Amino acid sequence: MGRTLYDKLWDEHLVDERDDGSALIYIDRHLIHEVTSPQAFDGLRLADRRPRRLNANVAVPDHNVSTDPMERALEGYSGVAEVTSRVQLETLNSNCADFDIPLIDLSDKRQGIVHVMGPEQGATLPGMTIVCGDSHTSTHGAFGALAHGIGTSEVEHVLATQCLLTKKMKNFRISLDGAIRSGVTAKDLALAVIGKIGTAGATGYALEFAGSAVTSLSMEGRMTLCNMAIEAGARAGLIGVDSTTLAYVDGRPMAPSGVEWESAVAYWRTLHSDPDAEFDLELSIDASSIEPQVTWGTSPEMVTSVSGCVPMIADMQTDTSKKALRRALDYMGLEEGMSLTDVQVDMVFIGSCTNARIEDMRAAANVIQGHKKAPSVERALVVPGSGLVKAQAEAEGLDKIFIDAGMEWRAPGCSMCLAMNADKVEPGKRCASTSNRNFEGRQGAGGRTHLVSPAMAAAAAITGRFTDPSQLESL
Amino acid sequence: MQAFTIHDGWVVPLDRSNVDTDLIIPKQFLKSIKRTGFGPNLFDELRYIEAFDEASPDAARRLDPTFSLNKSEFSNASILLARENFGCGSSREHAVWALVEYGIRCVVAPSFADIFKNNAYKSGLLPVELDEAVINALFDQLNEGQVLSLTVNLEAEQVVLPDGSSATFSVDPFRRQCLLEGLDDIGITLQRESAISAFEAKHRQARPWLFSEIKV
Ligand code: SF4
Repeated sequence: MGRTLYDKLWDEHLVDERDDGSALIYIDRHLIHEVTSPQAFDGLRLADRRPRRLNANVAVPDHNVSTDPMERALEGYSGVAEVTSRVQLETLNSNCADFDIPLIDLSDKRQGIVHVMGPEQGATLPGMTIVCGDSHTSTHGAFGALAHGIGTSEVEHVLATQCLLTKKMKNFRISLDGAIRSGVTAKDLALAVIGKIGTAGATGYALEFAGSAVTSLSMEGRMTLCNMAIEAGARAGLIGVDSTTLAYVDGRPMAPSGVEWESAVAYWRTLHSDPDAEFDLELSIDASSIEPQVTWGTSPEMVTSVSGCVPMIADMQTDTSKKALRRALDYMGLEEGMSLTDVQVDMVFIGSCTNARIEDMRAAANVIQGHKKAPSVERALVVPGSGLVKAQAEAEGLDKIFIDAGMEWRAPGCSMCLAMNADKVEPGKRCASTSNRNFEGRQGAGGRTHLVSPAMAAAAAITGRFTDPSQLESL
Repeated sequence: MQAFTIHDGWVVPLDRSNVDTDLIIPKQFLKSIKRTGFGPNLFDELRYIEAFDEASPDAARRLDPTFSLNKSEFSNASILLARENFGCGSSREHAVWALVEYGIRCVVAPSFADIFKNNAYKSGLLPVELDEAVINALFDQLNEGQVLSLTVNLEAEQVVLPDGSSATFSVDPFRRQCLLEGLDDIGITLQRESAISAFEAKHRQARPWLFSEIKV
């Protein structure tokens, strides 16, 4: 019988399996950032251990860094005002120095969100097992790699053993077929999938995305889709390797070259599910019917199309769902049944590991060009995912488009995605955000988040409310 | 993790029952990014005369000379003698880290809170449950001004008391094995070192590009 892509990656990395199903799998790449690593390094210190294989690791600061260009011009982390954040950042540097871990530091042009930096540098390669103390490690599955988040004690375990104690997941495939309509992006596909299966829909599964709407996506789009596999409950998202994958990887600094490239490609071409592979669960979605999406609630599954409405409480089936809806609407400051296009936004955030790659910058700039930010929009931040994205966008003049429209062009980092740094949504303010989580307080205590694509966020910046980008010209 | 086989050490008494984890390490010290650095704040409220002030964390504070850990005769102690239900309250592993960092290898008490006990094993701190009568006798001797040492033998699950007699205790067999061999989860995985190395060698040969040097 044929094997799924996940089966192949699992078999390739299985060191040892026990009768009770617990297994030891080998980890090829371990990505490290400042928030979840300090106790792990301390654990190594306490036990007098060293990392097993230094070249398997790459570290980068991202969560706490300042994205204010003026503060970033200052020496080291001195632009980070909050002491606990600064200490966490400084600790990453000293731990990497102490343990000889390769670090891309803040002053480096390649610095960025760990899930943007990894693929850019070729630190992410097809066929790898990739872990990081961060749930959005699922992003890297776009390369036909087995990638998922781990906890701090597992960070320590991987550093010390180059392995992970784990159990095999089940196989789930979602096929998205059909031509997607203009104005619809990978983000809309991701949100539509989550709206359909719910935030626990893929719990316990490795989630493979397939179908013509997926294979027609660029690598940037595929990363956006796999990034949000975790919001659908799956620790790992997966997409098979094809020529789009290989073209992206070719020539990346940490990618193989010459003879090694040839043999790597020969192997990578086998990284897709066999035609006769069996999945534990399968779902087909007509991608051509998907419209631009916008979340209205406090969970990514509380989502509808931009032409849609906030649901009615009376339409909810159970008491629990009625209560959940009531609570979400109270927090979000919305009325049941209202049209999403009538919802006014105060802030716009274009950034995060979901949507801060060059293509996202282009998509947003394309909508913004020739327009101004609506006066009612108090702040509109554009935060490139890495120094390289920033440089590329500037070379294309995208920064000028944003600045001319009255938006802020920032330095790379996680920024307002989780508000660990100074970029926050103020209490009661409403933000159109290209990030991945709309939980209460995620972007700042009392802040109200609506998840959208970069094009939708850009359109909201111009009109001050949710707007289908494809209808912008006719307004 | 440090292995625990036989430990010979001086005893320091903490004569109160239901010592909770907040007393062991107060919550204001949990903001730390570290698993180390808790030792100086072990039993912080009992140990210092001035309360900890978050606004001036480095301010000098006087040790309370009446607290047992501060007494010179107990300054080298590595065994903490306590009353029943030691380590109750929150699940914070910081409590164990603080004790270990201070230099405690073993807590002897009539009973322990479950989570604390579990946490202790993970850091090589041995919780020893002895009969209440034995504990009472030890407290009595210490209160009379004697200085005591104990020999704790995990292999034999026995404590040799100052008078040469011994008392028995028991530890879950799996945990006992882990402690004797100094194994935590990582240690257990490292026992499969030959399997890991064999896999790694094969993997390196098949996919050499995964093993190239990273130049940053
Ligand atoms: S951008 Fe947001 S989701 Fe992504 S790694 Fe940073 S904080 Fe996490």
